[in-house]
Amino acid sequence: MVTVQPSVAQVWTWLSAAPDPEIPVLSLTDLGIIRDVAWDGDTLVVTVTPTYSGCPATSIINLEIESALRAKGVENLSLKRQIAPPWTTDWMTDTGKAKLEAYGIAPPRPAGGPARCPLCKSPAVEKISQFGSTPCKAQWRCTDCLEPFDYFKCI
Amino acid sequence: MSVAGLIRLGDNALVLGQRLSEWCGHAPALEEDIALANTALDLIGQTQLWLGLAADREGQGRTADTLAYHRDAWDFRNLLLVEQPNRDFGVTMMRQFLFDSWHFEALTALIGHPDPDISAIAQKSVKEVTYHRERSTDTVIALGDGTEESHQRMQSALDRLWPYVGEMFSTDADDLTDMRALRSAFDAYVETVLAAATLTRPASDFAHMGGKTGARHSEHLGHMLATMQVLPRSHPDATW
Repeated sequence: MVTVQPSVAQVWTWLSAAPDPEIPVLSLTDLGIIRDVAWDGDTLVVTVTPTYSGCPATSIINLEIESALRAKGVENLSLKRQIAPPWTTDWMTDTGKAKLEAYGIAPPRPAGGPARCPLCKSPAVEKISQFGSTPCKAQWRCTDCLEPFDYFKCI
Repeated sequence: MSVAGLIRLGDNALVLGQRLSEWCGHAPALEEDIALANTALDLIGQTQLWLGLAADREGQGRTADTLAYHRDAWDFRNLLLVEQPNRDFGVTMMRQFLFDSWHFEALTALIGHPDPDISAIAQKSVKEVTYHRERSTDTVIALGDGTEESHQRMQSALDRLWPYVGEMFSTDADDLTDMRALRSAFDAYVETVLAAATLTRPASDFAHMGGKTGARHSEHLGHMLATMQVLPRSHPDATW
């Protein structure tokens, strides 16, 4: 039971501990999909934008936001979907990009491909396929260590 | 704002998304399988946005799911191109290339639509479609300018599908933008790609019509819908 309304900053901190369901090393705030947190009277309104319009993780993400905030005692919660401006990988935080690479996924880069192999760090990489295991990833390969790896597509 | 225009955009994405999903588990290579399924997923996501908005604006209590699963072939308003069967991988990728090339121009135009909800969906979708177009373009070039066999298959795919191009640029008051205005940008893009793919644009611009108006769908649509709709129609209380 919340007797004092938690501050917006407090809510952001709670959300920064909620993991992305597909790439749990990233938090929802690292991913940049939480667009706004605000109080409307006694209702907490969280605005979320989808990464890809058909991403099946979207409903799970909403569920995670809800359970994370309910666990902190937020009772009146409203989730708002916002699709414009559309999500871009520019909204991913630098911390998020570093976490991705440490996890073995090359982070998005505006130049159109991964800078280096996330495993051996060699810049000698080639594309295998424009698509990968989730809508947000493509498959690449390192021509030095020969390991295939996921690249987080830049959109 | 025309509900019929929203349904056209939603039906194109739905029918092509369903067609592409037929490849799941059957594509010539694992990477292609994943790519086709991902493209299908994007299109089904876009379907939810367009048909969801159509259902809201219509205000008769229907939802995107009702529109997808509880209409019959004659109520669908998709282009004839997208309901054409997959046939071989070459036909599938040529169909994708022709559709993506039109879809990209249509969504780019719709970004400027005065209705903010329509503009928002177009802004979201065009990012995904830019990626689809890049991939289908690369594939058409690689296969067109590939082996003798792949070249011949891509040329016959182009000859087979070209009569479905004209309908994309027919227009009426239900459309959310003037589709005729998109033709020159489409032609310029397609010509460049076909040249790189060493393929020849068919001489005749004869066009089959009747998909987007619902006047005359091909026989293929009904068969596809039978597969797509059987579960929710046989088990109306099913949830997923």
